[in-house]
Amino acid sequence: MIDKSDLWIIIFAMGIGSFGLRFLFLGLVGDRAMPEWVLRHLRYTAVAVLPGLVAPLVLWPAATNGQPDPARLMAALVTLAVGYFTKNVLAAIFSGAGTLFLGLYFLG
Amino acid sequence: MTSYYDRSSYLRGVRDGLPFILVVSPFALLFGVVATEAGLTVFETLTFSAVVIAGAAQFTALQLMNDNAPTLVVILSALAVNLRMAMYSASLTPHLGPLPFWRRAFVAYTLVDQSYALSTLEFEKRPDMTLAEKTSYFFGVITPVLPNWYLWSLVGAMVGQSIPPALALDFAVPITFLAMIGPMLRTGAHVAAAFVSVACAIGFAFLPWNLGLMVAGIAGMVTGAQVELWMVRHAAKGDAQ
Repeated sequence: MIDKSDLWIIIFAMGIGSFGLRFLFLGLVGDRAMPEWVLRHLRYTAVAVLPGLVAPLVLWPAATNGQPDPARLMAALVTLAVGYFTKNVLAAIFSGAGTLFLGLYFLG
Repeated sequence: MTSYYDRSSYLRGVRDGLPFILVVSPFALLFGVVATEAGLTVFETLTFSAVVIAGAAQFTALQLMNDNAPTLVVILSALAVNLRMAMYSASLTPHLGPLPFWRRAFVAYTLVDQSYALSTLEFEKRPDMTLAEKTSYFFGVITPVLPNWYLWSLVGAMVGQSIPPALALDFAVPITFLAMIGPMLRTGAHVAAAFVSVACAIGFAFLPWNLGLMVAGIAGMVTGAQVELWMVRHAAKGDAQ
């Protein structure tokens, strides 16, 4: 269960932090250029964090008490593949959800 | 007082932003549903969406809170997902930097994937746009997008409790993330970063406080940057021959 006082700390810290990131250059740095090595690392933040977040959820789903589940693994593969090849987030979500429901129906 | 409003640019922004209602609304709806499943009230869910306006970071925070990760780890991980906003901010600065302070603050609050992507595309296509035209276009894009983000978060939070467990909503978060990761894998450097991130997250899963994710994030970023450098050097060598 999520602790409510922690939740409000997190909501406001994330609000201030996200606004800070958005305002950082526009508001404070102005037209000065950023060092190239900083930009080079910033380009990979999303692809460095999100896959690491998802991998354990796919391999060890909480709903099956951490046991790898064929329906969920298949759904994950289909979602990633459709997203990669079509570049269409919604198409990927619907294909993945469809695969998951078919998998759960046929594989139990 | 200077006017920053140009009607035709604003309307063009609105028109270009309209299709994104179809992207933002289901995503907001899903956040609303998943947040209430995790025990958040309707008010908490809507505040979360209105204060942060960043789906991926919000899902990250929710997932880590569910895992009982320490508060600081939740905040740092979610903000790491949002680091790209700093890049957006940097790349819009040459265009919208001359605005007065409070307008820049408002641009910053409404700076999301959609407003950034469409605006930079438009500003590059029409380099002779005035500041008023650029500002109007930017806020035009936001006009259909942002209200739908609030509205559908609220709808999701309100219907959330009535969704049966058979719908396997536990997997909505991984599927949503994977769907976003797919299109992000644009180059070999992105693929390498993602691969190292997955390997580290699994290899370091034994670490307490979700520190494995921190290791994965840092290792992934360094990998992406190094592979990019290597590819640039490799290409330069190929040109020289």
